[in-house]
Amino acid sequence: MAPSPQTPGIVAGRLTEDALRENFADIAPPLTAHEALVAADRCYFCYDAPCTEACPTSIDVPLFIRQIQSGQPEASARTILSQNILGGMCARVCPTETLCEEACVREAAEGKPVEIGRLQRFATDAAMGRAQPFRRAAPTGRRIAVVGAGPAGLACAHRLALLGNEVTLFDARPKPGGLNEFGIAAYKSVDNFAQAEVDWLLDVGGITLRCGERLGETVSLETLRAGHDAVFLGIGLSGVRALGLTPAGARIRPAVEFIAEVRQADDLGGVPVGRRVVVIGGGMTAIDAGVQAKKLGADEVTIAYRRGREKMSASSYEQELAATEGVRILTDSVPVGVKLNGTGSLVEFARPDGETFTLHADEVLTAIGQTLGATPEALALSGGKIAVTGAGRTSLPGVWAGGDCAEGGDDLTVTAVAEGRDAALDIHASFGDAGLSGS
Amino acid sequence: MADLRSDFVGIRSPNPFWLASAPPTDKEVNVRRAFAAGWGGVVWKTLGLDPHIVNVNGPRYGAIWGADRRLLGLNNIELITDRPLDVNLREIKAVKRDWPDRAMVVSLMVPCDEESWRSILPLVEETGADGVELNFGCPHGMSERGMGSAVGQVPEYIEMVARWCKAATRMPVIVKLTPNITDIRQPAGAAKAGGADAVSLINTVSSITSVNLDNFSPEPSIDGKGSHGGYCGPAVKPIALNMVAEIARDPATRGLPISGIGGVTTWRDAAEFMALGSGTVQVCTAAMTYGFRIVEELVAGLATWMDEKGHADLDDFRGRAVPNITDWQYLNLNYVAKARIDQSLCIHCGRCYAACEDTSHQAIAMKPGRVFEVKDDECVACNLCVNVCPVEDCISMVELAPGEIDARTGKVVSPDYANWTSHPNNPAAKAAE
Ligand SMILES: Cc1cc2nc3c(=O)[nH]c(=O)nc-3n(C[C@H](O)[C@H](O)[C@H](O)COP(=O)(O)OP(=O)(O)OC[C@H]3O[C@@H](n4cnc5c(N)ncnc54)[C@H](O)[C@@H]3O)c2cc1C
Ligand SMILES: Cc1cc2nc3c(=O)[nH]c(=O)nc-3n(C[C@H](O)[C@H](O)[C@H](O)COP(=O)(O)O)c2cc1C
Ligand code: SF4
Repeated sequence: MAPSPQTPGIVAGRLTEDALRENFADIAPPLTAHEALVAADRCYFCYDAPCTEACPTSIDVPLFIRQIQSGQPEASARTILSQNILGGMCARVCPTETLCEEACVREAAEGKPVEIGRLQRFATDAAMGRAQPFRRAAPTGRRIAVVGAGPAGLACAHRLALLGNEVTLFDARPKPGGLNEFGIAAYKSVDNFAQAEVDWLLDVGGITLRCGERLGETVSLETLRAGHDAVFLGIGLSGVRALGLTPAGARIRPAVEFIAEVRQADDLGGVPVGRRVVVIGGGMTAIDAGVQAKKLGADEVTIAYRRGREKMSASSYEQELAATEGVRILTDSVPVGVKLNGTGSLVEFARPDGETFTLHADEVLTAIGQTLGATPEALALSGGKIAVTGAGRTSLPGVWAGGDCAEGGDDLTVTAVAEGRDAALDIHASFGDAGLSGS
Repeated sequence: MADLRSDFVGIRSPNPFWLASAPPTDKEVNVRRAFAAGWGGVVWKTLGLDPHIVNVNGPRYGAIWGADRRLLGLNNIELITDRPLDVNLREIKAVKRDWPDRAMVVSLMVPCDEESWRSILPLVEETGADGVELNFGCPHGMSERGMGSAVGQVPEYIEMVARWCKAATRMPVIVKLTPNITDIRQPAGAAKAGGADAVSLINTVSSITSVNLDNFSPEPSIDGKGSHGGYCGPAVKPIALNMVAEIARDPATRGLPISGIGGVTTWRDAAEFMALGSGTVQVCTAAMTYGFRIVEELVAGLATWMDEKGHADLDDFRGRAVPNITDWQYLNLNYVAKARIDQSLCIHCGRCYAACEDTSHQAIAMKPGRVFEVKDDECVACNLCVNVCPVEDCISMVELAPGEIDARTGKVVSPDYANWTSHPNNPAAKAAE
């Protein structure tokens, strides 16, 4: 008999191919040309627009929307991409409800902001099928090593290349993209968009990609500094915080690992998932893991968060998404013990008033935070991240850092892009005029 | 319940909403359906002499759109009816017989000689139609043949043809005017002098709606070429209202019955035309955009408004706005207003600020937190901020009471009326009493 959501244990193929296709389809399908015009017409072209202010990459939102209105999505895309080269991914993954769309004056006026995210997607989709709209400046002769090909590293590398520099882009993984490729929920980035976007971005030229190169293992910071005019670190958070309660044999694993498996699967029917899944955490990762487990066919998915709902870092939009998908969210539930129970485990939780309860789990996914992986000792840290000042300057001369691995920021794709871009500008400026004549 | 019945130069209709002479009134089948839908009357699509004219066999219309492709302006290069005269006459007769309570006016356009006009009028009379409308308005095609606006642009011709027609028929004669002239009072006066019972206006405004930027043909494009067409729809309403008002208030034409046309889309537009003196209104583009059923909204809307205001019948408010239209020189220069922003309604878009700062009087301050405030010492009350604000009633013009000080001029607001004619800066000023 084919497995179903109620099949005990952890099995693959709980849902039919059709059901999986439907579950993992684009969560916010692209606007049609007419829908885009209607949506664009709602923009007031605000003075000193609050949406632009709210965008970490400061995209000129009213301008790009006006360019859609006037029938030039490609020109609109250029406006977006000149500020944010990953504008296509950001259009899909940005929590716009807490960024531009929250700031939109129509949100205040009618509770219905201009659909900035979807309009941005409409414009950038028009650009994706085409050649890079940007041309590189004359060669500077400068060489920069960028470590980490996630959003921060890609944005940094692209901007440096545009300015005429030569970039070598290192990544430990076999594929570039960082969490765009391995972390973002599958239904936010369908049709292999992450890869297509990276290919399109690298088309600008001047960037040599070297995958399978791990800083601290196959390359050292010292060699990179010696061989380059500057180094940028965009290595994200490759470690995970552990639960510390795990008895041997319990099926407990980091949610990011589960998500990466979903993202990399050629056949979603082959990804095993528990009948009863318990996700521990209260952020975007917890929601993504819970929702994707449910979409794979898990019968019961519970997200357990140790504090109150108002403390959850997942936005209310994300929480609603979980609720709509049939994922239960328990708040004020602190995990205090895990016991083996047949093929699964029993997770014990305590409430603030001391009451305890247990949940059966075939599979426990932990989403209690990512941490900085091994970093070169010479780098000063602050609060568990690489300490930076200004536009990503680390404690070491000639070394910059940005994105999730660097101190500050919101741990969002868009902030990583902003920090990568700004570090690139700072690196380029640090060369002074001398750099322009080559070396 | 308000009485919407209309008696326009003896032509009776159950309501003042007529379909203008155009495709909606081109055939028996349309007109029957229009009457069934509730239209008070029609002006039949303009008839001409046989052999009937022909139309282009490519696109006739071009358009301008607003948000969500809302049609704001329509342009056409259609000519008068392209069906034989006897077919039209037969159909008119049949419809009128079956709908005796509806206004049946027949639009006519024949060459500018007396015989042509004298010969067609009895044929129309024989159908039982209630009146004729002389189409001196069509700005394209027919005008190249010395008809339509080619006649309408020469007041002497209008007077002459109107006189011929009045002499040749007992039916009321309405002269339809073209807006493609500099002073609408001239053709209106000529129609009156020729004995016309009424004027109707406006016909379409000469226009090119757009140019194709791939092949550089104007739109609508006929084999890569285009010719100017006639513009109508909501976009032309302000032009039409002004022309109606000019005729209504000019001493030479005051009291001449007017059938108002041009951009009537809702009951409100109709009420405005009537407040400026129109006895009936005619509708074309709105019907062509939304179909005949809009008449239900027109009828219900006008009646609702009349009931609210206590207007028992159309005469109660017809022309009520006319005395309030005056020349600029008579406007009260002692009336002083200031813009006021209702902070509780403000959505902080800053459009008022951009508009005033960039293009007006730098009279709005942008304060921390995107708070926008009017600087009374700079505000000239131009109204631009009100017009660009996306929120209705958020910004309003508030009159300063006599005795208050206008912070811009430092002067006390006077209770007295004073206009340009007596203003010290007017070189031709007469001393004020
Ligand atoms: C499950 C999940 C879902 C998320 N969903 C969203 C979302 O919907 N919207 C949103 O805005 N943000 C989301 N985020 C956050 C977002 O993905 C990150 O903020 C963003 O990817 C950070 O970019 P980055 O370039 O700093 O790091 P990463 O994307 O993590 O990229 C770092 C890169 O560095 C490489 N690397 C690491 N260590 C080394 C080394 N030693 N040597 C060489 N290479 C190395 C890695 O292989 C990786 O490719 C999500 C995060 C997670 C975990
Ligand atoms: C396609 C089309 C054909 C028209 N044909 C005539 C016509 O034959 N005779 C006429 O007097 N006016 C004609 N008109 C003008 C209309 O009767 C009317 O005066 C004008 O469209 C303005 O009214 P509106 O804004 O309601 O459309 C035509 C208008 C259109 C759009
Ligand atoms: S805040 Fe909203 S309305 Fe204003 S410019 Fe931005 S998108 Fe447009």
